[in-house]
Amino acid sequence: MKNAAGFLLWLLALVIAVAFALILPINGYLMNLLMQASTYAIAVLGMTVVLGYAGQINIAQAAFFGIGAYGVAIGTTTLGMAFFAALALGAVVALGFGIVLGGSTLKLGGHYLAMVTISFQEIVTLVLTNWIGVSHGPDGISNIPRPHLGFLALDQSRHYLALCLFFLFVTAGLVAWLKSSRLGLSMQAVRDNELAAGVAGIDTYRIKIIAFAASACLGGLGGGLFAGAFRYISPDQFAFDDSVVLLTMALLGGVDAAIGAVIGTALLILLPEWLRFLKQFYLAVYGLAVILIMVFMPQGIFGYFARLFRRAPDLPRGEVAPLTLGASAGTGRPILEISGLSKHFGGLRAVDEVDLAIESGSVHALIGPNGSGKTTTLNLLSGIYRPTAGRIRLGGRDVAGLAPHLLAAAGIGRTFQNIRLFHSLTAFENVLIGSFRVGSGEHDAQSRRERALAALDFVGMAARAPVLVSSLPYGHQRLVEIARALAANPTLLLLDEPAAGLNLTEKQNLVALLRRLRGHGLTILLIEHDMDLVEQISDRITVLNFGRRIADGTPAEVLRHPDVVAAYLGEVAEDVTA
Amino acid sequence: MAIILQLLFTGLGIGAVYALVALGFVLIYRATNVVNFAQGQFAMLGGYCMVITTVDLGLPYWLGVVISLVVMALFGALFNLGVYYPLRHRSFLPVVISTIGASILITNLVLAIYGPEPTTLPGMTDYPGISFGAVFLDAQYLVIIATTLALVILQYIFFEHTMVGKKMQAVSQDKEMASLLGINVTGMIMLTFTYSAVLGGIAGILVAPILFVSVGLGAQIALKAFAASIIGGFGDVPGAIVGGLLIGVAETLGAFYISVPYKDAFAFILLFAFLLIRPQGIFGEKIAQKA
Repeated sequence: MKNAAGFLLWLLALVIAVAFALILPINGYLMNLLMQASTYAIAVLGMTVVLGYAGQINIAQAAFFGIGAYGVAIGTTTLGMAFFAALALGAVVALGFGIVLGGSTLKLGGHYLAMVTISFQEIVTLVLTNWIGVSHGPDGISNIPRPHLGFLALDQSRHYLALCLFFLFVTAGLVAWLKSSRLGLSMQAVRDNELAAGVAGIDTYRIKIIAFAASACLGGLGGGLFAGAFRYISPDQFAFDDSVVLLTMALLGGVDAAIGAVIGTALLILLPEWLRFLKQFYLAVYGLAVILIMVFMPQGIFGYFARLFRRAPDLPRGEVAPLTLGASAGTGRPILEISGLSKHFGGLRAVDEVDLAIESGSVHALIGPNGSGKTTTLNLLSGIYRPTAGRIRLGGRDVAGLAPHLLAAAGIGRTFQNIRLFHSLTAFENVLIGSFRVGSGEHDAQSRRERALAALDFVGMAARAPVLVSSLPYGHQRLVEIARALAANPTLLLLDEPAAGLNLTEKQNLVALLRRLRGHGLTILLIEHDMDLVEQISDRITVLNFGRRIADGTPAEVLRHPDVVAAYLGEVAEDVTA
Repeated sequence: MAIILQLLFTGLGIGAVYALVALGFVLIYRATNVVNFAQGQFAMLGGYCMVITTVDLGLPYWLGVVISLVVMALFGALFNLGVYYPLRHRSFLPVVISTIGASILITNLVLAIYGPEPTTLPGMTDYPGISFGAVFLDAQYLVIIATTLALVILQYIFFEHTMVGKKMQAVSQDKEMASLLGINVTGMIMLTFTYSAVLGGIAGILVAPILFVSVGLGAQIALKAFAASIIGGFGDVPGAIVGGLLIGVAETLGAFYISVPYKDAFAFILLFAFLLIRPQGIFGEKIAQKA
């Protein structure tokens, strides 16, 4: 219902905007401003996707804008292509550059991307200025034709403006819709916590490339329309400064909302007109504005107001079926077999030839003093580290060294010692992202939403579903993180100190929850320092010390093992034990 | 042969300037985990300080240098307070964007005051240089190479053999631990910004007689210095120096043998090549995020 109402509102606004463009008397100067604003806004919407949703920086949007513009200019004048074919050409070339740049850089940290996009921006400017045979050099390209729509020629500026507004509305609508889609939520998960996103089953590298390429493509589209609007382009219109202007527009309006992009663009196109008294200082004011926005209003104008009246998310209604956990059949057989697993950091042997077998349907605890290699083992099992040596067999398949999202797909779910949630999303959205995993058992959007709510219900958090996780108390955040892992329907659940920081009541609830999970046949590998808890619920315990396995067996055997006692309490003198 | 030696010499000279700016990048990155995109503007400001003191005010060269470096030190501290400090608890992206904003602000303030025309600045000495057969060693290039060498040695001694230097290293390795040990982390970061601004200023003063002083000077040097620090291995001090020299030589050879208009592109082509083949750079090691 909400979506339908939003769609109608959007359609109405589109019709009104296009009608105004066609009917209202607009003078040439205002017309230029409106055409500039609508084409820029499309490029800024690209920034919304890459910077706002996916949290990846792009300081080359003016270069992509320029590629689109030159696509139209060269396509229509030199190559004699039809306008829309040339528009598509420019957008596709921009998309291609986006894929190549993103693909080569997005595996690395954010500052590499900043650097590479700036470099790309400089190279594009150099090429446009110097490749005179194709780009006509600093003189630019003039007499760019405007399109025909069948028999309807869009020669007049008012017609062309209507076309630009149409494209702007379609783009803005798509970008707004993207935010709550599976792809958009995955982007936001990557932005909020890349490590957790990978472990939750998202191919983070692929998502980042998609976001970057989409942004480049929208830059190209906006640029192509810009070329038709002004019918003359030159390299100096697509320089580094313009990339910064596009970045500022996105930040000022509110970087993670489509409306923010439109607000920011409109303001910064009109502002220079109002700020004419600043004369040569106005770009300096831009720079100052960027710093001030970052310090005082990181959410931008729209983000600032959006916080005041946040819409509740659309939750599934009615009775939600209880959570099903498709635990593997054949309880008692080993589901996970680790042999000779090692992880060395330089000379440090964090994990040293560890063997471990976990029986299907059991709760297996991994204990040991601080620094004994427990979390490192979990990081190896969830793909955050690649093992130095050793084998990890999950259900008979060798999974050692796979990337986190592939291990998630193979059936490994996990929580983190220091909770890693997607902090700007609601509890429901966090858990929904878990249900995206291939193999969660849910194949359509509606059943995934139901599964997410069922998982929240399972941990007793259904009532908090619409709440932002960052505003939940610590104990509740732990439960949401467990629900996220459960929504993925894992065959093996890794819990890293789930009781850490919980009070007594919360601990008792956790024990009850773990018992229920075992009752459903879910296999659990648990790291925990609380020995009471470990003794109460584990079927088997493995003890690590200095990266090596020193004991393995039932709780009764292990907790009385002299090596274990020594590891926890220090060496016991001979005569005392005697 | 003489041509190659001549080009190598020129390349090393300009590369030394990139190395100095790259060093500023790396020091701030190590102290704060933030890339300062206004590092090149520090060099530009250094150049303009020299223009104001020695050309406009007619002060002697050495006095101009002293005043410029004091101004740069103050500016580095101010930069820390205005651009980094308010955002120090936030993630990487807002701080980076903030430094980009600062670079725009600085560039355009200077542009508004001084206009777009480049200004010439005389070198440190009127002595033209030394000839070795067909190879001519220009005096300003010799000054650049010698100063860079001296600074690198001084910096090494400072970081390895003084208490303040060791405290700064401690802060760059683990702020929390350093703070627990009673080290004034905020103060050390302030010092890092101050020193980086001075380094940038020196680079600007050194390169000004060769490249002219213009508002574009900052971006021109910064991009290559940043490329240098990635090629050397991000966050690595020797890497920044080697990377800087490598880029200086590569673009000088490229401009001579391949294309002059695309001279500025060679650094980026080298950068892309490294990102594809060896993203951790010459000296860098891959560091995984800890869960």
